[in-house]
Amino acid sequence: MEQVIVNGLYLGAQYALIALGLTLIFALMNVLNFAHGQMYVLGGFVTYTIYGQMELPFVVAIMATAVTLAVVGALIEKYLFRTVIKRSVREESTMLLAAAIAFFLDAVILLLFGEKQRGVPKLIDGVFNWDFKIIMPYDRIFIGFLAIFLIAGFVLYMQYSKTGRAMRALAQDRIAAQLMGVQVDKYSMIGFALGAMLAGVVGGLLVTITGVSSGIGGPISIKAFMMVMIGGAGVISGAIAGGFILGMMESVGLTVFHSYGDITYLIIFASLMVFLSIRPQGLMGKPWG
Amino acid sequence: MTSSLKPLGTAAALVLILLVLVPLAINATQRWDLYYTLTSVALLSIASAGVWITFYIGRINIGQAAYALMGGYVSAILVVKYSMSFWWTLPLAGLFCAGASVLIGYPILRLRGVYFAMVTLVLTEVAKLLALALPITNGASGMVSIPLPGALTVFGITLIPDFETLENVKRAFYFLSVVMMLLCFAGVYRLVHSRVGRLCQSLQQNEELASSIGVNIAWLRVIAYAVSSFLGGIGGAIFVAISQSIYPSSFAVADSINFMLNCFLGGLGYVFGPMLGTFVLYFGWDWLFQTGKYQLLIFSSVLIVLMLFLPNGLLSIRLPGKKRS
Repeated sequence: MEQVIVNGLYLGAQYALIALGLTLIFALMNVLNFAHGQMYVLGGFVTYTIYGQMELPFVVAIMATAVTLAVVGALIEKYLFRTVIKRSVREESTMLLAAAIAFFLDAVILLLFGEKQRGVPKLIDGVFNWDFKIIMPYDRIFIGFLAIFLIAGFVLYMQYSKTGRAMRALAQDRIAAQLMGVQVDKYSMIGFALGAMLAGVVGGLLVTITGVSSGIGGPISIKAFMMVMIGGAGVISGAIAGGFILGMMESVGLTVFHSYGDITYLIIFASLMVFLSIRPQGLMGKPWG
Repeated sequence: MTSSLKPLGTAAALVLILLVLVPLAINATQRWDLYYTLTSVALLSIASAGVWITFYIGRINIGQAAYALMGGYVSAILVVKYSMSFWWTLPLAGLFCAGASVLIGYPILRLRGVYFAMVTLVLTEVAKLLALALPITNGASGMVSIPLPGALTVFGITLIPDFETLENVKRAFYFLSVVMMLLCFAGVYRLVHSRVGRLCQSLQQNEELASSIGVNIAWLRVIAYAVSSFLGGIGGAIFVAISQSIYPSSFAVADSINFMLNCFLGGLGYVFGPMLGTFVLYFGWDWLFQTGKYQLLIFSSVLIVLMLFLPNGLLSIRLPGKKRS
């Protein structure tokens, strides 16, 4: 049982980090970023190239990943989303754009990095073993704590920095923020870049454990959507809660329903639907986001 | 007078083109493979029309693949395990989906915006996992070698011959799909231009306001969603009859997203948007096949450019200069 809980916490930490980026973009621009999983994959491959192939230090690789994804995110926001939001009659048009960007990134990733599953050498060797109750490789523990550290950093940044305050104001009420002198365009771009960066950094962290392959972008996006839905769209605390809840459910479900075959996800999905029809705004969301 | 004649003229032109000119052209050029492509377009546009209806009441529906899968399985199970005629299973598949969508839709239609979109996306996954888990669907191995549709006889008159005896099954399926597509779009057109359609439009604009002047919004939403799922089920059932097989992955999340893209691309404000959108997307994708590994890259770039310059759909092209703030 201890093992299940630790696994759940580890999964939850990385999931929460993925969900944070998605929920940030949604809160700022009301855009559901279908390309989130693809940004994760792109981040994984950038880290793989720099750490795995060029054999530079891991820290450098993660930094480079963060910068690359931030630039990609900023460009996408400035030249694509901003234009479409201004020109289209219905807000939902951004969903088509997001889906098209997801396809585009998929194609680029496939052309640049091929379709093989890629992995890098382990960061730390060895396995933590506590009386055979909890068995956990050291590198997973390291990544888990790094993820929690990043989440804490992100929350503090959103809470206390000037940029963070501006973004929270934007998320609360776009027009009111504009009237108070917040530069809407600038902070939307920063927010999108930050969201993309988070996705990329998680991809870069996890490439050391699970590796990365070009096809996993879509499933990752769906998981991130679910976490955001559980916690409430556009709410940062909700995304963190959603990530940990989903991680725990997966960990417990895979153990408990092990003998029944592949029904864990069926149960998770079905209970999510029931939960959402009772509480449409998720755990902490505002109604009708 | 002219306004009531115009749709009739469009319909007549479509019938003429699709049922007479296209088969003649295919006969002349010997491009038999086009029948299969056009059949797929027709069926996918039926399902997309369903998604379009949910857009019409202001909901983003990414769950149509669930109903296409459901309709396909209902038809396949009835044909294989209960040896029913395909022609009976077709309406039954549609009605089964409509019934299921009433049960599912009643709670989830209270959701709006991305929340509804996400729940329907999850629904697609649920349908796939259910098909994997239920014993009657045969799990991951799917159902294969489903017999072709038999003859349809009414009072001793053979309306539709047995598909086994036909020399060109592809052409028969083409006619079946196109006729179904025309019927469905005629139905949708009629629905949209009826009193119920106007009421649906009022939902799209403001549900509270509509409710305050006495529109029964809950009932209306469920009806629209049921019609939408009916179309999805019909499309899925015919698709299964053509491919003679169905697997849990026959309709997946990607299909749900494509149905939605078809509607967007054609334009959400136009009944025939989904038809045009499906046609353009499917043929564009097919045509780009010759570019090999750059297929997806070019396809997605074109989509992005289209979104940048025509964010309101292809059919909005005839309204140049009409900008909204």
